[in-house]
Amino acid sequence: MNLNLKIWRQKSKKDKGKIVDYPIANVSEHMSFLEMLDVLNEELVSKGEEPVAFDHDCREGIFGMCSLYINGEAHGPDRGVTTCQLHMRKFKDGDTIFIEPFRATALPVIKDLIVDRSSMDRIQQAGGFVSVNTSGNTQDANAIPIPKENADLAFDAATCIGCGACIATCKNSSAMLYVSAKVSQFSLLPQGQVEAKDRVINMVNKMDEEGFGNCTNTGACEVECPKGISLDNISRMNREFLSANFGLKK
Amino acid sequence: MALSGFFLMFFLVQHLTINTLSVFSEEMFNEVSHFMGTNPLVQFLLQPVLIFAVVFHFVMGMFLEYRNNKARDVSYAYNKPAANSSWMSRNMIISGLTVLAFLVLHFIDFWIPEISTKYVVGDMTGKLADGSFRYYHELHEKFVSPARVVAYVVAFVFLALHLIHGFQSSFQSVGFRKSNNKLLLSRLSYLFAILVPAGFIFVAVFHYVSHNHL
Ligand code: HEM
Ligand code: SF4
Ligand code: FES
Repeated sequence: MNLNLKIWRQKSKKDKGKIVDYPIANVSEHMSFLEMLDVLNEELVSKGEEPVAFDHDCREGIFGMCSLYINGEAHGPDRGVTTCQLHMRKFKDGDTIFIEPFRATALPVIKDLIVDRSSMDRIQQAGGFVSVNTSGNTQDANAIPIPKENADLAFDAATCIGCGACIATCKNSSAMLYVSAKVSQFSLLPQGQVEAKDRVINMVNKMDEEGFGNCTNTGACEVECPKGISLDNISRMNREFLSANFGLKK
Repeated sequence: MALSGFFLMFFLVQHLTINTLSVFSEEMFNEVSHFMGTNPLVQFLLQPVLIFAVVFHFVMGMFLEYRNNKARDVSYAYNKPAANSSWMSRNMIISGLTVLAFLVLHFIDFWIPEISTKYVVGDMTGKLADGSFRYYHELHEKFVSPARVVAYVVAFVFLALHLIHGFQSSFQSVGFRKSNNKLLLSRLSYLFAILVPAGFIFVAVFHYVSHNHL
């Protein structure tokens, strides 16, 4: 199929950037979206032009490195997939496709379609861990009984790959879904409960400090999340945050 | 937002209950209005709390809107928000400001005359010159004008839009919503958000129609 790509080009952090048209011919419907961009880049390189910079790594939906805003939706029109898992069969011959970077003040563009997601790492560093003594006498995690329900919920939360689609999609650029997944994956397990109170306060404060917006419960994040992280996590984090601050019972 | 939202929703139910009395019994409406208008607890505790809640809610709402706009410095060239969220949830500031505009009209209509009669003129009797209660009469006379009735109807439609999202959103904000009660809360949200404003519309239209035809 033949497509008309409209791609955001921006030389550097400081450059203003603009949308540039790239017609592309003979795209196979079996290609992944990133393979289609690879083909475009080969064409650009052979013409002596600067290729389009975009993030990618595993190309199998597990690292959360890819990050494109395609035709007005994070990771494109398909559900439950990352950009690398999106296939060209989701598009039709003659389509115009807008390709933009994830946008949020806290996720500044580095080049073209690549954004700096280190603000998300800094939230994680503010409390997304369990402090244990790893000097060799650590207790076997499997020796601690955990209700099946909580183990499953914690696992679901832990499947968040930190891609940032929730932030990109949110009209408020709020990081609530990401942070609540990171808070829940620990607070649901006995090992994480020891530091639960400090964790939720520190991570929420860090999120505000980094300039992410505030959640107004539109629910867009849950729809666009490639891992189907549930809004329940946000509700749970609100509960934990309130009880940590006001000493209410959980 | 959620706490002031809960309080305001509770207030709406109370307000609607009294308004509805005016449809069924002029006498009862007068009695209750007089009680609400002269009881010190209502006047000097609940009323200031209500005013605080309204001001807090819209000031925080506008601040929230401002901060959230700042959180995205460059907007998308092409965005498709309808693919993942409802219009109501994305436009709380629009429905909210429409309700606020209505509140200004409502204050000019009822609250300012009420306060000036009671605390400026100093007439606490609640009676007209002929000795009957003034409340029902004042309410009834307001709805002669079709323009006012239309303004009320439009405002309450926006209030309904505000509450379709606001009702369920406030349960999520305080951490009460879970997968197993989500559907129920969403249905209750529609029920509340449609029935309550419809009740207010009914009362306004009732007084308008009874003027002209009864
Ligand atoms: C009787 C009048 C009103 C009622 C009953 C009401 C109710 C609510 C409720 C229940 C919420 C959800 C709170 C949450 O999720 O935490 C909300 C949110 C909000 N309200 Fe109101 N509200 C009213 C008037 C107003 C007015 C006058 C404004 C003026 C700007 C306004 C602006 C907002 C905004 C911006 C939000 C936040 C958006 C969100 O959380 O989704 N509201 N309101
Ligand atoms: S919650 Fe979903 S959309 Fe957000 S960072 Fe995690 S995987 Fe990505
Ligand atoms: S490249 Fe690894 S998730 Fe897409």
